[in-house]
Amino acid sequence: MQFPESWLRNLVNPALNTAQLSHVLTMAGLEVEATTPAAPPFTNVVVAEILSADKHPDADRLRVCQVDVGEASPVTIVCGAPNAAAGLKVPCARPGAALPGFEITVATVRGVESFGMLCSTKELGLEGAADGLMVLPDDAPVGEDFRAWLNLDDTLITLKLTPNRADCLSMQGLAREVGAITGAEVRLPHIQEVEIRIQDTVPVLVQASEACPLYLSRVVRGLNAQATTPRWMVERLERSGIRPLLAPVDITNYVLLELGQPMHAFALSRIQGGIEVRMARAGEQLQLLNGQTAELAPDMLVIADANGPLALAGIMGGLASSVERFTVDVLLEAAFFAPAAIAGRARRLGLSTDSSHRFERGVDFGATRQAMERATELLLLICGGQAGPVNETVATLPVRTPINLRMSRLKRVAGVELDASQVTRDLVALGAYVEQQGDSLMVTPPSFRFDLAIEEDLIEEAVRLFGYDNIPAQPPAAPSRMLPQDETTLADDTLRQMLVGLDYQEVITYSFVDPSWEAALDAKAKPMPLANPIASQLSVMRTTLWGGLIETLRHNLNRQHERVRIFELGRVYASLAAQPMKLGGLAYGDVHPEQWGVQGRRVDFFDLKGDLERLLGHALDARASTHPALHPGQSAELWADGRSIGWLGAMHPRLVQAFDLPAVPMLFELDAQVLTKRALPRHAGLSRFPHVRRDLAFVLGLETPAGELLSALREHAPPHVSSIDIFDEYRGKGVPENQKSLAIRVVIQDTERTLTDREVENTIQKLVETALRQCNASLRT
Amino acid sequence: MRNPNEIVAEALNAIQACPDLPSLEQVKAIYLGKNGQMTELLKSLGGMPADERKTAGARINEAKQAVEATLKIRRDTLQQAELDRQLAAETLDVTLPGRGLGSGGLHPVSRTLTRIQALFRSIGFEVATGPEIETDFYNFTALNIPEDHPARAMHDTFYMQSGELLRTHTSPVQVRYMKTHQPPLRIIAPGRVYRCDSDVTHTPMFHQVEGLWVDETVSFADLKGVLADFMRNFFERDDLPVRFRPSFFPFTEPSAEMDIGCVMCGGDGCRVCSHTGWLEVLGCGMVHPNVFKHVDIDTERYVGFAFGLGVERLAMLRYGVDDLRLFFENDLRFLKKFTH
Repeated sequence: MQFPESWLRNLVNPALNTAQLSHVLTMAGLEVEATTPAAPPFTNVVVAEILSADKHPDADRLRVCQVDVGEASPVTIVCGAPNAAAGLKVPCARPGAALPGFEITVATVRGVESFGMLCSTKELGLEGAADGLMVLPDDAPVGEDFRAWLNLDDTLITLKLTPNRADCLSMQGLAREVGAITGAEVRLPHIQEVEIRIQDTVPVLVQASEACPLYLSRVVRGLNAQATTPRWMVERLERSGIRPLLAPVDITNYVLLELGQPMHAFALSRIQGGIEVRMARAGEQLQLLNGQTAELAPDMLVIADANGPLALAGIMGGLASSVERFTVDVLLEAAFFAPAAIAGRARRLGLSTDSSHRFERGVDFGATRQAMERATELLLLICGGQAGPVNETVATLPVRTPINLRMSRLKRVAGVELDASQVTRDLVALGAYVEQQGDSLMVTPPSFRFDLAIEEDLIEEAVRLFGYDNIPAQPPAAPSRMLPQDETTLADDTLRQMLVGLDYQEVITYSFVDPSWEAALDAKAKPMPLANPIASQLSVMRTTLWGGLIETLRHNLNRQHERVRIFELGRVYASLAAQPMKLGGLAYGDVHPEQWGVQGRRVDFFDLKGDLERLLGHALDARASTHPALHPGQSAELWADGRSIGWLGAMHPRLVQAFDLPAVPMLFELDAQVLTKRALPRHAGLSRFPHVRRDLAFVLGLETPAGELLSALREHAPPHVSSIDIFDEYRGKGVPENQKSLAIRVVIQDTERTLTDREVENTIQKLVETALRQCNASLRT
Repeated sequence: MRNPNEIVAEALNAIQACPDLPSLEQVKAIYLGKNGQMTELLKSLGGMPADERKTAGARINEAKQAVEATLKIRRDTLQQAELDRQLAAETLDVTLPGRGLGSGGLHPVSRTLTRIQALFRSIGFEVATGPEIETDFYNFTALNIPEDHPARAMHDTFYMQSGELLRTHTSPVQVRYMKTHQPPLRIIAPGRVYRCDSDVTHTPMFHQVEGLWVDETVSFADLKGVLADFMRNFFERDDLPVRFRPSFFPFTEPSAEMDIGCVMCGGDGCRVCSHTGWLEVLGCGMVHPNVFKHVDIDTERYVGFAFGLGVERLAMLRYGVDDLRLFFENDLRFLKKFTH
């Protein structure tokens, strides 16, 4: 909300300068977002009248003017403005004046001495048309200081009000609040009932009395809608961000700003029959003041006549019944619409109006009549006319019931003891009625406070006026209790640090992605779509981290990176119930950064597999399998505890092409939960006896995976075999076609004794037989 | 028999003339080998009369020892020279860079989250998490934000076509946690949140850390104490000014915004603090009784405070990042600045 400081000070004028006032407001919860001068600084500009404007003897475009600046004799000023003419009143900068960006001195212009400058709005840094001189109204007082006359030494204050403080959405409310905070005297506008000159009324039927418990209307006849809105009103409207339109509209807007009561003026001649306040009927439409045609829903409250809706109650009037230049008779409306009956409707129609903003948050139903009188008074004063009686329909208005504020509870929540009499004074200053009963204050909030309903609401007010700054910041006392440290679950941070140690850079990418990525990575993926995405390329929830990683790769390839190793630890989304945390990684380019001592080599499947094994701390159960995004011959499904936990592989050449990548990235993604599970280490005794190592070379079919042979051997090995590992794979010369040779290292060691040669040979023999039986692998000879 | 002295002189010359160890071994063989000249001399003693033999033997042994001694000295010298050559040949340019993998790095948001978690863990806050696709109930209703409440409009919520929404804050974790745990409670809930807003100062996804402390005796004074302590430790500035301003959140009351003195300009006023000298860093307050009611916590017995802070905002202030959008562009040139 924006308003001119001068208006506020007119109602309450604490002994604080603008900066201090801003601070006080901010610290009371009415955050001052900005303070802007009403006009840029300039000096020595007066209201002047052009007495004559003659052509310059030596310049076609210049005029020599005689100007009355309020002194005994006129001064000569040379002026280049095309609209300079005798009789105009204009701002005049006198010699010595400092204007935004330049100073005025006595100057000779083409041989004629000029004593000042006649100004345009632009030269003064004001808003408005820059063409030619700024033309002032006829009643502008010649010789008066221009700034003082237009009240330009004013500040526009912008408040960022929280939604609970509807009562501060008016100058009256703000003044009351400032009075309560600062103790300064508040002088609210004195409002009297106007004289009733005619007896006309329009019948009103309030059908929706719950949504509209109070409806006031009044006929005013014979007004001049084209009357000029007085300058003081225009100034206050403009400085509050409202554009003056037509006097009756300006007046209702002014009352909205002054008292916080949204009002509406209907053109009386456009109302057929009586007024009905009712819920809209299905299928009804209304063309609004802004030209938009609203499709009305049955939960929207309307002001209607015999022919249908005239206005969207509390939100916006209709175009057909609006006041126009030639309107003579009007029906003024001031009502209380229940917040629940207005809330959300404007937003659904894509509207946000000053009226709906206030009604949604709560308008003072105790001041509706005052607002009606105020608006009538101003209307009669500015537009003339004769007022009829106020036609009031009242149902059940909200009731403000006393709330029990326990001083002991206040102390407990605040953490500091507050003085009951001070709290009472503060609440009374806010307009509440307070009665002390022992430990309790029985507080009845005023009609304009819709946010005070329970004890906590009052605690907040008490603490707010006491000052948050006056509450000590104390280190809390709590029993010292250690936090559990689950040793078998790795913290996410530790997992991240391990990846960093493996030379992966962490990235964080958006959870919503381009549906085309999802489709490209897995045509069967069914990502959850957003109903209101911010952009089409961020419109579905990711089901894999790879999309974001590939996009990050592309982004960085475009920035001349040739080696990219990245990971993300984040969720993928399948449903409300399934949003598992995944670890995804991508490696592209060389294994090592380019360096002097290492032969360059592109990263491959086994580099990533090694990284994952280091991460897990043990061998991976990787099984050849196909994934739509991966190279069918270079992809593995990863398994743990009997279930699939992720994928590892080279990107499918089709995708490499689709994503327009110069080379193939390696990818992995797996359940983060599996990665963070660790067994608790358990010591099992070291053998004191020497171990025996035997290397075996097996020849077997290319189609048999090495892992299969390894598993078979391990499964059938007697307990004294302490490890079986592959240390070489060979295919080519010396090995039959379609076969490969695997070199296996077997380490045999017993914890109880030294094994005999015979036992060792038996063990090896058993392993050789197993290999032959299970994998058709024979010893290489 | 040749004169031993002659042989010695000759041998000594030959030894000194040896350029390397193999030639030295050859010379050794010539004089001291099985058929070497000194050996021959010794053999010749056998044909001498006994009285001559004794003196001649002594002379020959003396000569032999002289040759051996010289030989040892020469061998040592040559060995030392050989070692020197080897060491010289093996000398590295130690200024060349080390070999192997490079180093990765944490994302600055992770780094900040880790720091925040460590600080709160140090005073006994546990970490809790919750879903990002959330229901209207947990994101709004249970937090005392009913349908059509004006505060909902401020949230710019992303909705799913299936009817759920993307959580607009980490506060739903409070509710989920309180539903399944009994007070006293002390948790923080870090994570991603979403708002339908994207411009220079907003990204549609960002991170928050929610905090909640529920116990029989926590107060607004404690809230101020914990958060002031946190900010001063986070920025490692014991003299960091902090202030609390009344504000409004439907799920806390009293509610407050916390400001810290601008860490960029020291409070003098700059672009970052909009020339106010203050930076708004978090929202907080005492848990609203309606929130407790939703999770069946006795409001007469327990009091609590909650807060929510923006992680990117703290990261920007801590590391001098001037553009929020950098966090999600994932430009390696940017990310690598946080490697160490």
